[in-house]
Amino acid sequence: MRYRRAGLAKVLACTAVLAAVATACGSGGSGTSPDGKVELTIATFNEFGYEELLKEYEAANPNVKVTQRKTGQGAPHHQNLFTKLGAGSGLADVEAVEEGFLSQVMAKSGQFEDLKEIGPKDVREDRWLQWKVDAVTTKDNKLIGYGTDIGPLAMCYRKDLFEAAKLPSDPEGVKALFATWDSYFAAGDAYVKATGKPWFDSAAQIFNPMHNQAETGYFDRDDKLVIETNDDKKIWDQITAAVAGGQSAKLAAWSPEWQTGFKESAFATKTCPSWMLGVIEGNAGPDHKGKWAVTAAFPGGGGNWGGSYLTVPKQGKNKAEAAKLAAWLTAPEQQIKAFKAKGTFPSQTEALISPELLNQTSEYFGGEKVGMLFAEQANKVAAAQYKGPQDGEIQDNVVSPALASVEQGTSPDEAWAKVIEGAKKAAK
Amino acid sequence: MTTELSVARGRGAEPRPPRRDDNDDIGPAKLSWRYRLTRLDVKFSPYVYIAPFFILFAVVGLFPLLYTAYISLFEWELGADEQPFIGVENYTNLLADSQFWNAMVNTFSIFAISTIPQVIIAVLLAVLLNTALRGRTGWRMGVLLPYVASLVALTIIFGDLFGVQYGSINDVIELFGFERIDWQADRWWSHVAIATMVNWRWTGYNALIVLAAMQAIPRDVYEAAWVDGASKVRQFLSITLPMLRPTLIFVIVTSTIGGLQIFTEPLLFSPSAGANGGATNQYQTVVLYMYQAGFQSQDLGYASAMAWVLFIVIIAIAGINFLLTRRLASSGEA
Repeated sequence: MRYRRAGLAKVLACTAVLAAVATACGSGGSGTSPDGKVELTIATFNEFGYEELLKEYEAANPNVKVTQRKTGQGAPHHQNLFTKLGAGSGLADVEAVEEGFLSQVMAKSGQFEDLKEIGPKDVREDRWLQWKVDAVTTKDNKLIGYGTDIGPLAMCYRKDLFEAAKLPSDPEGVKALFATWDSYFAAGDAYVKATGKPWFDSAAQIFNPMHNQAETGYFDRDDKLVIETNDDKKIWDQITAAVAGGQSAKLAAWSPEWQTGFKESAFATKTCPSWMLGVIEGNAGPDHKGKWAVTAAFPGGGGNWGGSYLTVPKQGKNKAEAAKLAAWLTAPEQQIKAFKAKGTFPSQTEALISPELLNQTSEYFGGEKVGMLFAEQANKVAAAQYKGPQDGEIQDNVVSPALASVEQGTSPDEAWAKVIEGAKKAAK
Repeated sequence: MTTELSVARGRGAEPRPPRRDDNDDIGPAKLSWRYRLTRLDVKFSPYVYIAPFFILFAVVGLFPLLYTAYISLFEWELGADEQPFIGVENYTNLLADSQFWNAMVNTFSIFAISTIPQVIIAVLLAVLLNTALRGRTGWRMGVLLPYVASLVALTIIFGDLFGVQYGSINDVIELFGFERIDWQADRWWSHVAIATMVNWRWTGYNALIVLAAMQAIPRDVYEAAWVDGASKVRQFLSITLPMLRPTLIFVIVTSTIGGLQIFTEPLLFSPSAGANGGATNQYQTVVLYMYQAGFQSQDLGYASAMAWVLFIVIIAIAGINFLLTRRLASSGEA
C-alpha cells in the first residue's frame, strides 16, 4: 500500500518536472558504468578521513569505482537519509550514521541490510569494542552497521583555576575528584565556594553522560517509556541541586556564548569526548594553552559521545559490494589511517593498541599522551544502553530544554513535570 | 486625442488578411487558411506564452499544496513501514495541542511587533528619501543593504548582540545602570529580539517599494494642495497616504504572509540552533514547530495538518489586513 502511494507521487512529480530536472528522477544509475565497472557511492558527513583510502581501495579493486558524497554537517546528512528512506530511493550504497541518530535508524532497521548476512564472512564482531557492536545490533540479532569511530569520554579541566581554588590540579591528583558523580559535585561545591564561579558549562552536558551510564535509558527493551521509573529522576535531582548551588555557567553547548565562555574562563571543567580537545583548543584560543588539562578519569566509570557507523541500505544496487567496501574501510588498518588523516578515534580493538594511536600527544593539553588516555577510557565504557526509537528526540527536544529552563529559573519540579509530559508526547 | 490613439492602436492589433495585390499567386482557399492560422495564433499564443509559469506553479505550488492536504489525513511517519489513514485526527490533536497554541501566540506576537512598526517606519523612511537629499541614490541603496546581506550571517551577528552573558546590548544596558535582560529566557524580550532582526532586514526593502509608489504621485496634485494652503502634514495625510493605497495593500499583505512564516530568525536565535524555540518554547513559531514535528519527530502527517491550518490562518489575516488597509488608507474617498 505504502509503496504504491509513494510510487504514484514519484511518477506524478517526475512526469511534471522531467523537463526541468531530468536527472533527479529515476533510480540514480544502474550500478555499473559503461565500461563494466561496479559503481559504488558512499555518503558521509563532516570529515571521515576517507579520501585517500577510497583511492587505495579503487587501486586494489580495479573493477570498482567509488564516489564519495560529502555533507558538511551531520544534521542535513541524516535528514537526507531519512527522507530518502521514506522515498524508497536515492540513497548512497553505503550511508554513514552518527551515534546520535542511531536510535531512529534502529527503529527502521528493516530498511537496512543485515551485515552478518551480506558482509564478508571474515569480518568478526570482535573487531570492535563490544559496546560499539551491541549498539548497532537489533533485537532480532541483526547487525546493521560497521563501527567507524567513537568518542570516549574523559574529563577536561582548567589547571590554573583548580590551583586558584586550592584543589589538586595534576592529572593524578584530580582523579579522586572525578571518581564518582558525588565526588564531582562535591568538588564543584568547593570550587564555587572558593571562587564564586561556575564549575561546568551547562546542566544538559552533565545529564547526558550520567543518563547514558544508567542501566536503563528512556525506554525498556519492549520500547515502553520508563522515564518515571528509571534512574533519571535521581540524576535530575542531583543536577538541579548543583545548578541551584551555582555550579552551572548556563551556557548551552555550541552557542556563540558557550564559545565565548571558553575564552572568558566561565567554567572549570568540561565533559570531554576525544574530539572535544580540538573544540576546546579552537574556542579557548592560544591564550589558554597549557591551562587546560585532560585526565583519564570520568565520574561513574566511562562513557561515549559520538562516533559513527557505516550502513548498507536495502534500496541500493550492489549491496554485497557495498558491504565489502564498508568492511574494508572499518578494518583497523584503515581506521588508523583515517585517524591520522582527520583524528577520528577508532572503535576497533586492534586499532586501540596500535603504537601510532598510543603515541599521540597533544601539545595544547600540556603534552599529554591523549591517544593512550582515550584508548584507556574507551575500554572503561560499560554495556551499551538500549535506545528506544524516540531516544534522541527526548534527549534533544525534551530533557535538554527542560534543564535549560531550570537554569533560567523554572523550578526543578515544574520542569520535571514538563519532561514527563514531553516524553510521553514524543513516545506516543 | 489619447482615446483616439488607443482606439486606433487597438484596431491595428487585429489581424488583417494579407492584401490580395501583394500575393497574386495565392489562391483564396489558401489565403483563408493562413488567415485562420493567424487568428488562432493571436487567440491562443498568449496562453502558451504564460503557460510555463502556470505549469511550474502547478508542479511546485499546487501539487505540494494538495499533496500536503492528503498527507495530513494519515499518520505519516517518514520511512515507517506503515502509514495508516486516520482521517481528521491530526487536526483534532492539533487543536488540542497546547504547544501549537503557544506557537500561534508567539507567531502573532512576533508578527505584530515586527510588521506594524516596520510598515510605519518604511513609509516615514520613504518620505525622507523622497526629499531633496544630497547623493540620493546612495541613501536609497543604503536602506536596501540589510536585505542584501546573508540572513544567516545577520542572525549570527544579532545572536551576538543579544547574548545574555556576553552580548553587547546587555553591556550597554548595564553601562546605563539598568539590569541585564535575559533575551533567551524572557518570553517578551525574546520576541523583541527576533522582531528586531526581522525589522532590520525588511524595513528598507518596504521603504523602497513605498518610495517608488510615492514618486508616481503627480506633482500637480501637491501644487494644487499647496495653493489651497495645505500644510505638509495635511498633504501627507490627504494626498500621499490615499494615493499610496494599492502599494500599502501590497506591502501589508506580503509582510503579513512573511511575518506569519518567520522561521530562520527564531531557529538561529536558539543557542543550540534547535527547533525548540527556547527552553520552554517561549519563541517557537508555528513554522518552527511544524519543522520540528515534520523533520525531527518525523511526524509528517501532523506537520502537514499544521501547514494547512497555518495556510488558512494566513489567508484569513491577509484578507482582514486587505480590508482594513483599504478602509484606513482611503481617508475621505469612497
